[in-house]
Amino acid sequence: MSDRMEPYDASASEVQPQDGRGMRGGAVPNPGLPEHQLRPTDVDEGLEKRAERQIAAMFGLATILTIGFCVAYYTVPEDSTIFGWSGLNFALGVTLGSALLLIGIGAIQWAKKLMDDHEIVEMRHPSVSSEEDRRVALAALSAGAAESGIGRRPLIRNSLLGALGVLGLPAVVALTDLGPIGDTSKVASTVWRRGMRVVNDVSGVPIRPEQVVQGQLINGEPAVLVPTGDEERDEELGVLHGAELLAEKAKAAVILVRMRPEEITATEGRENWDVDGIVCYSKICTHVGCPISLYEQTTHNVLCPCHQSTFDLANGAEVIFGPATRPLPQLQLGLDDEGYLIAMGDFEAVVGASYPTMRQS
Amino acid sequence: MRFLSSRRRHPLAGLVVLLFALTAVGGLYTALAPEQATADNAQTDMVEGGRQLFIVGCASCHGLAGQGVSTRQGANYGPSLVGVGAAAVDFQVGTGRMPMAKVDTQAPRKPPVYNEEETEALAAYVASLGPGPAIPDDEYLDISDVTDEELAEGGAFFRTNCTACHNSVGAGGALPDGRYAPPLTDVEAVHIYEAMLTGPQQMPVFSDEVLTPEDKRNVIAYIKKIESQPTYGGFGMGGIGPVADGVIAWVVGLGAMVIAAVWIAAHGVRVAKKDEGVQR
Repeated sequence: MSDRMEPYDASASEVQPQDGRGMRGGAVPNPGLPEHQLRPTDVDEGLEKRAERQIAAMFGLATILTIGFCVAYYTVPEDSTIFGWSGLNFALGVTLGSALLLIGIGAIQWAKKLMDDHEIVEMRHPSVSSEEDRRVALAALSAGAAESGIGRRPLIRNSLLGALGVLGLPAVVALTDLGPIGDTSKVASTVWRRGMRVVNDVSGVPIRPEQVVQGQLINGEPAVLVPTGDEERDEELGVLHGAELLAEKAKAAVILVRMRPEEITATEGRENWDVDGIVCYSKICTHVGCPISLYEQTTHNVLCPCHQSTFDLANGAEVIFGPATRPLPQLQLGLDDEGYLIAMGDFEAVVGASYPTMRQS
Repeated sequence: MRFLSSRRRHPLAGLVVLLFALTAVGGLYTALAPEQATADNAQTDMVEGGRQLFIVGCASCHGLAGQGVSTRQGANYGPSLVGVGAAAVDFQVGTGRMPMAKVDTQAPRKPPVYNEEETEALAAYVASLGPGPAIPDDEYLDISDVTDEELAEGGAFFRTNCTACHNSVGAGGALPDGRYAPPLTDVEAVHIYEAMLTGPQQMPVFSDEVLTPEDKRNVIAYIKKIESQPTYGGFGMGGIGPVADGVIAWVVGLGAMVIAAVWIAAHGVRVAKKDEGVQR
């Protein structure tokens, strides 16, 4: 680096560009660098000593604060609070943050007040490598190619190219499961089937229509996805567990809302899909699959918090705003012998995020 | 007993029994009946008192008999209060939402206009208009002996049913057309319960049969728990999520650093004295 820098010579009145290109026509003379001005610490030894002491004090204080961080880590109780914040986090943040800040301020003060501050000029230099470097690099490459014999052994070269090309296949094969090409049954179906009870999420309480009042929202699940806490009963119901439970829950979650039957404009062929004004729709947004339950009982609109897709549950969950392109899939409701709400089958439309080639329902 | 049984066929025995019975009936009536009458009167007085308050403060929007008022275009000016129950009144009036200060998309929370007695009277009057949810029992509002398991379950219910609108820490959130889900901080337990039970404004209802009173108590306990927790990350910024955090960090935080860097580079004290070879 040092060979490219020329220390500023205070006696030189002008600095000329090396090739003079910046001076075409010579209309504006190069003003050069302004005259160097001294700082108070350059001329007053007392101020210089003072700055030195200040900077050392900042570094010293930073040391103490860093040690304070270590002490606070062990001594401040986890449940203490200060200004409504966690006392421990506050102590750790203040000590370490202040230590770093003081080191930074000290360094700046050092540079600005004490370090030699003579201006220098660094000329631009071509970014191209030197002729010599380029010749050596090319020679090394040709030597490598010649020694490996890649030109002389086409069998090895072509088989290597083939092997590298085939490496793309695993990605294609593995990714087909995501899309519509391969087996889509996992994407297109859920655990809902005819006769399965709709239960309240978390508590698993089965629901009777008379328990659902006007304007009610229920975040529901199929009965097989909410463990009852009784292992034998779970076994009997076929309750799923672990990863399988989570995978199915991501698709089968529903919302039930009740409105006055005359407010519902049923989609053709779905006139009897509600039970006394209780309608059931997938809770998974058809845009990119966020769970939605942001329901306004006054407008019957349900809104997706991710991208503001809005569905009108009084009108077949039609999209009335936002990026979603198809309605939320509806689940046909019915009643079992004991009067509890059940599904009358799986969703007819595919639940969740739409993909480009998907048939619109 | 021999004395009584031997004289049971005495001519005056019937009279004695009759006197005895009359005394007993009279005594029982004095003991019980007037008390019931007083209670009934008090209830009637309260309903009547509530009606008087209602006519002055509520009838302009809700109608003289609480039947609701429609605009000429048929839109809802003030909804009917028949069947909304005492719980809805206690919530709306107790949190100051009603009476509304002006016609607006949503009634904001404000200091209550009516005191507790007046609110109670209004609730009694509206409850008399038609059957509706009553003010919840104190039993389900006391969260002092909620166990950790129940608290965790309350959290699960909260995340499933409430966070979509009210945010994961109950900070509230925006809804379409200028409506909003209010923050849940500093709300009395009874009002949280009543909101779930009655579904005020655009909020949906969570009936006691589906989300049981115990479940509701656990939800309230969870809300109170997250409210009382310190914010571990310093400024909570309303807990509205990573996007807001990122905006503040990038715009305010980095912006401040850039400004500081420019300021540092632009400032430095110089003396008028020129450099005359005082090199050190």
